[in-house]
Amino acid sequence: MEIPKEILIGMYSKMLLIRLFEEKILELYRAGMKGLYHLTCGQEAVAVGVCTVLNPDDYIFSTHRGKGHYIAKGGDLKAMMAEFMEKQTGCNRGKGGPMHLIDPAVGMLGANGIIGSNLPIACGAALSAKLRGSGQLAVAFFGDGAANTGVWHETMNLAGIWKLPVLFVCENNFFQESVPVSRHSSLQELYSRAAGYHIPGYGVDGMDVSAVYAAALEAVRHIRSGGGAVMLECKTYRYHGHSEADPTRGMRYRTGEEIALWEGKDPIKQAKAYLLEKNWITNAELEAIEKTCTQAIDEAVAFAKSSPDVPAEWALTDVFTD
Amino acid sequence: MKNMNYRAFVAGGLREEMERDERVFLMGQGVQAGGSYGTCEGLFNHFGPERVRDTPISEDSVVGCALGAAITGMRPIVEILYCDFALRAMDQIVNQLAKYRYMSGGRMSVPLVIRTACGYGASRGAQHSQSLEATFFHFPGLKIVVPSSAVNAKGLLKSAVRDDNPVIIMESFLFYGTSGPVPEEEYTTPLGKAEVKREGKDITLLAVSAMVSQAMKAAEALAGEGIEVEVIDPLTLVPLDMEMIVNSVRKTNRLLVVEGGPKRGGVGSEIISSVVEEAFDYFDCPPSRLAIPNVPIPFSSKMEGLVLPSSLSIAKEIRRMLE
Repeated sequence: MEIPKEILIGMYSKMLLIRLFEEKILELYRAGMKGLYHLTCGQEAVAVGVCTVLNPDDYIFSTHRGKGHYIAKGGDLKAMMAEFMEKQTGCNRGKGGPMHLIDPAVGMLGANGIIGSNLPIACGAALSAKLRGSGQLAVAFFGDGAANTGVWHETMNLAGIWKLPVLFVCENNFFQESVPVSRHSSLQELYSRAAGYHIPGYGVDGMDVSAVYAAALEAVRHIRSGGGAVMLECKTYRYHGHSEADPTRGMRYRTGEEIALWEGKDPIKQAKAYLLEKNWITNAELEAIEKTCTQAIDEAVAFAKSSPDVPAEWALTDVFTD
Repeated sequence: MKNMNYRAFVAGGLREEMERDERVFLMGQGVQAGGSYGTCEGLFNHFGPERVRDTPISEDSVVGCALGAAITGMRPIVEILYCDFALRAMDQIVNQLAKYRYMSGGRMSVPLVIRTACGYGASRGAQHSQSLEATFFHFPGLKIVVPSSAVNAKGLLKSAVRDDNPVIIMESFLFYGTSGPVPEEEYTTPLGKAEVKREGKDITLLAVSAMVSQAMKAAEALAGEGIEVEVIDPLTLVPLDMEMIVNSVRKTNRLLVVEGGPKRGGVGSEIISSVVEEAFDYFDCPPSRLAIPNVPIPFSSKMEGLVLPSSLSIAKEIRRMLE
């Protein structure tokens, strides 16, 4: 399907915003910002293609690699940056950090530090939506490694039995940390596992934001019409190491040639080339988009820097409601 | 008061809460048929399949599902037949739901209840006789309810359902098959308030869950020997009514804790440590613990009888402590 011009420009801008935001994170991290950062560079099309078809009140449940999902869902750059910089204005008030981003204002109900554990929580949100008759749906993002957890199989079964309004989005970036998918999965087409739970599963080019958008749009139509869960497996690639604790970009287990090959299919470059080829955008407009992104990021950094630090005593509150 | 079967009485508590609040719903293995202990009897016919949901044997994902529902406007209750099976859901309980509110910086709350059974003395073997209160006691963010009778089980259940935090109810299955007098009017039993079951001046005997009845028997026997035992039932381990426990020890100068879980790293270990920290100078003899020696629970009733604390072993230990 051809994606309408305005939507594609919007998705291009979002992907660029995620990329530039993460580059800023990397810069700040290298300058001493605390935290363990799992960058999504290379995988932006999945987050953006999926979240573009969602409603503001739909829920997403993310992973350790969750900053892109949060931004794609309309997340607050200032609150996220403030969180990383340990400020009172942080979205989790300094108690979450990059692996536990939670922002109910945009339906981001949790990045998660445990592989696969976000899946049943997403199902619960979907069940809640169904019981309340709200028409909302829930999305669970996960990687190829999560598909081997016991809870993944339990949850797929649960969603299948109860026909829950949940979209399972597998970001297959071919590596479970350092272990290639060929070594960790008996089956290379992970989406085909969904059939075992009576859930339709589809393989998608996760480097092409239009393809992700089109597949997600169709999946969401199916789910909202009461058809139950859908699984999309988006094949994609992360350019960085598993986390920034590995600054070599994963050279222990893959080659620079392999990374370069995938960088050649970069989702942002692809979308930009398409927009130019269709004459939907000018170079001046592209520059303006980049400037808007950079400005938003700079503002987020300035906001965070000028916010008050979290007091250490906050560590002892919020275990229970009062 | 009227006489009633205890399992039907507890089922009545669930029914009252589900009637009171339409956000409350129930999930578990076999709940549509009334639950394996009969504590959900009649709920399916009354509330239907949306609110009384049978689940696959998938404790991990069912508990996770409850968390997802709890943070999006519902108030789920999950039934897990034995606490032994709850270990399957430890990631969701410990890493997810107990930390969720905290990790959100207090922006979210998690109103959910897990009901699970602990019990012993029924020859059910090593994987159906554990009392795992201490396992959950370790982790911040989870309220722990340990009822000792059908009457407080119902009142505590109703409070747990109304609480905005995750609560695990670890209920002995031992009283389900019995009947007795129960209040007719509606009531709740607050979380965090211990109960003095019997007043005494010679020793504080804190008993957990079904050990309360053994403790009461022991106290009665000792009364005939002129020993006055103060029996405390904590009712909840989190929050724990430390004030009542410490005040009692200040009065009696002795403390024995009895539980049905393993001794090492047990509930008694923690409570005694806390009391000693606050009231060290008041002790006339070293505090003591009666619990399962560090072995799994055996099948044979003869062997199980040896490892479980009983009214006899409690009385014997108290006599020793008062020597």
